[in-house]
Amino acid sequence: MSAISRDDVAHLAMLARIDLSDAELDKMSGELAIILESVARVSEVATDDVPPTSHPLPLTNVTRLDVVRPSLSAEEALAAAPASEQQRFSVPRILDED
Amino acid sequence: MTSDIIRASAAELADRLSRKEISAVEATQAHLDRIEAVDGSVMAFLHIDAEGALATARTIDKRRMGGEELHILAGVPIAVKDIATTKGLPTTAGSRILQGWIPPYDATIVTKLKAVGMPILGKTNMDEFAMGSSTEHSAYGPTHNPWDLDRIPGGSGGGSSAAVASYQAPLAIGTDTGGSIRQPAAVTGTVGCKPTYGGVSRYGLIALASSLDQAGPVSRTVLDAALLHSVIGGYDPMDSTSIDAPVPPVLQAARRADVKGMRIGVVKQLGGEGYQPGVRARFEESVQLLVDEGAEVVEVSCPSFDYALAAYYLILPSEASSNLAKFDAMRYGRRVLPEGVDDPSAEQVMAASRDAGFGDEVKRRIILGTYALSSGYYDAYYGSAQKVRTLISRDFAAAFEKADVLVSPTTPTTAFKIGEKINDPLAMYLSDIATIPANLSGIPGISLPSGLADEDGLPTGIQILAPATKDERLYGVGAALEAALVRRWGGPLLAKAPELATGAAGRTSTATGQEVRA
Repeated sequence: MSAISRDDVAHLAMLARIDLSDAELDKMSGELAIILESVARVSEVATDDVPPTSHPLPLTNVTRLDVVRPSLSAEEALAAAPASEQQRFSVPRILDED
Repeated sequence: MTSDIIRASAAELADRLSRKEISAVEATQAHLDRIEAVDGSVMAFLHIDAEGALATARTIDKRRMGGEELHILAGVPIAVKDIATTKGLPTTAGSRILQGWIPPYDATIVTKLKAVGMPILGKTNMDEFAMGSSTEHSAYGPTHNPWDLDRIPGGSGGGSSAAVASYQAPLAIGTDTGGSIRQPAAVTGTVGCKPTYGGVSRYGLIALASSLDQAGPVSRTVLDAALLHSVIGGYDPMDSTSIDAPVPPVLQAARRADVKGMRIGVVKQLGGEGYQPGVRARFEESVQLLVDEGAEVVEVSCPSFDYALAAYYLILPSEASSNLAKFDAMRYGRRVLPEGVDDPSAEQVMAASRDAGFGDEVKRRIILGTYALSSGYYDAYYGSAQKVRTLISRDFAAAFEKADVLVSPTTPTTAFKIGEKINDPLAMYLSDIATIPANLSGIPGISLPSGLADEDGLPTGIQILAPATKDERLYGVGAALEAALVRRWGGPLLAKAPELATGAAGRTSTATGQEVRA
């Protein structure tokens, strides 16, 4: 696996919705390259015959009864909103102009 | 006398409260006074709720005077790591992105503390979003180790451990994803336990890595940890990973404190090269003490542990990148507009807010996680790490055939100086090398003090691990060892910590509102 380039980091930052500055991009590609080098060794023992574990104590089909129970009021849910209007979260535009 | 109250263990305090020797208000005020006196230098707390804590104390006193039978811990004050939501009290997870955020609900563990009637003194400092081993990544400044204020208290739960180590609280709540309860315990001379995954509810805990996170007790004694463990543990229908079984008999085990006939497994891969000589010396002496108390020692080998750190630093960032996607400035948290952009889109606002609100370590891990999960890299990184997880669980299973508990030094070094490892992420990550395997497998672990290292006079910790759901073994072995060590030391290890100067500037307690240190 090759080292991680500045362009890679920029692309990942876009995927992760973090607006990294040029200085941050430079610094991070170096740091991540070092980290990736040391974590890459997991592939040495991860052979085909070993199944992956996603949860330490797997439970399946954890459900609850479909019954209404107390939740947050609209006021409570909106209390920490950066902006709200007409009992809704007010957010910047989500569509492009054209 | 205030100093008697704050030096008492939670169990002693509980006893004096039940005998009406002291009131809950006295107990709470004594701790608030202590916080006022020393937290200017320790900086364990991000927010102090004097009014709320005293109100709870008054209610408990009234009920007790009225003849009501109360829980053993009713009226015993506690501090809560700022990762657990507390209704009406700011909860920041050590991040600027949640500066001033007031949750509209309580975490289940907080609900349990309130049901018992434990006054909540305040919220403690932590590495941002629990990512770190030193509390230096807190956006609000580091916490200082009470043993030496130039040194780290461990992380991510350094605030909770430092609060307890400096007698600002008899008990605290921590969370542990890769060692964040156990490692601070080791470097501050206190006790910390990570329960079996699923043993304590994660509802209301700001999630770091959902398959690794677990809340647990932080205390000065094993019995105190058992008392708190019994309160916070148990099935929670609000957490779909919660184990539907009673809390393991941790209290009974702590009181019995018996290791006769127990097989103690020393893990070959944990505690050798790279571990400070003083840490190893105290560990070996502790193991010998267990033998003196009637236990049997066996050596076990867990070769996959050599890959645990690498697997963890792939799994954690991957899960974190997903969990932290919710901080998008749309419904809560800090919103920052991008500079020089007219009519920014939601995405642009998200990106600007996240860049402004997250610290360097958080950004590093989010980007790393995004990479590990991206197509083309998923199998080699995240996929492989998940396989290592399987191998680690198999090694534990094999080890637990030969031993009832496993032991190791909790962390390779004593408390390092603030600033020493902050620019070397990998060096920092190594602090968790012994604690990580337990999180990957979901098994429980405890750290208790094993003595002071000769070379620097700083605390070291011994870690005990048990099979999943057998948390009581940690407390049984831990209590037995603690008793033997305390006999040898002539008193608790914390008694050897230097006295903190009182009255340092920079800390005032506020009843309500947002408490943010400069």
